[in-house]
Amino acid sequence: MAKAPFRSLCAALLGLFCAALLLWTGGVHAGQGAPAAVNPALELRVTQLAQELRCLVCQNQTIADSQAPLAVELKNQVREQLARGQSDQDVIDFMVQRYGDFILYRPPVKASTWLLWFGPFVLLALGLLALLLKLRQKPAAPADSLTAAELTHAAALLAGESPPGESVPAARSIPVITTVSNASTAATASTA
Amino acid sequence: MKRFALPLGIFLILLVFLGIGLRLKPQEIPSPFIGKPAPAFTLTLLHDAQKSFSPKDMLGKVWVLNVWASWCAPCRAELPALMALTKEAAIPIVGLNYTDTRSAGNKWLASFGNPYQLSAFDADGKVGIDYGVYGVPETFVIDKSGFIRMKHAGPVTEDDIKDKFLPLLKELSGG
Repeated sequence: MAKAPFRSLCAALLGLFCAALLLWTGGVHAGQGAPAAVNPALELRVTQLAQELRCLVCQNQTIADSQAPLAVELKNQVREQLARGQSDQDVIDFMVQRYGDFILYRPPVKASTWLLWFGPFVLLALGLLALLLKLRQKPAAPADSLTAAELTHAAALLAGESPPGESVPAARSIPVITTVSNASTAATASTA
Repeated sequence: MKRFALPLGIFLILLVFLGIGLRLKPQEIPSPFIGKPAPAFTLTLLHDAQKSFSPKDMLGKVWVLNVWASWCAPCRAELPALMALTKEAAIPIVGLNYTDTRSAGNKWLASFGNPYQLSAFDADGKVGIDYGVYGVPETFVIDKSGFIRMKHAGPVTEDDIKDKFLPLLKELSGG
């Protein structure tokens, strides 16, 4: 019975400790994210714009994703210029002036990029055209009709009789296969 | 034979595209500065914080601007080629010491050699961004009226000097 107050004291101390820890780490994180805390609206614009710009060091990443020194520096440039009151287009122009269209993650539609933008659709259209032409072709004429000898042979097979005569070439291959399989089964049987 | 013609043809076309793709150099991004005036700047000198350099100082001369840093290994590799360039073409090379520290930059020049007439000190890389620098080293050829005529990304080799730089420098100096 005397243990109960001790337990609740322990729980209270533990809770206090956890709360202190949470506050402390929370404070550390708030400190790291200082720029975001200054002006969240500006940071949002910086991030949105950074997602449109290619990192030139690691070319398949945007500068928003990249931690390369140049990407960090370019992000700072974007932030500075937006904070100075410049528009998104001003910042994009600034970057294109220095690094060319290559810095745009979404390449602009112009004569030199037509193939890039419309090439896949042209390929798709060509594929559809080929498919249509193929479908509209008349189906090929059926294979040469059977000879009279083959017909009688087939009729005999369907009726379950043994084929008359060995003159039909197709009939020759079937007994060969059966003899081979018979031989192999016989061989396994004898070894067993 | 005829049934293999189509797949073989498609395969050959793919092979051609693969070959082209392998020869492309994605690191070489076409510079939008070719034929445009070199961006203006004023920076202090690497070895002397009291003096400054501006591209205006070079008007009337053909010159080479080379972006380098002490932390950049390929910059060290291209030093002999740059030395050869100063000897063979008598063209001033100006260094742009990019996102470096003064002490590290000066120590680097003292220990590996200094092909530069002078080096401008771009500590925060702002001038580098104005020149569209995305990797070090990068080298620009600037003509007498201050226009950028060529940009070379990556280390300069002796072959580059012979095939790319010397013919252009001769042409620009002659005109």
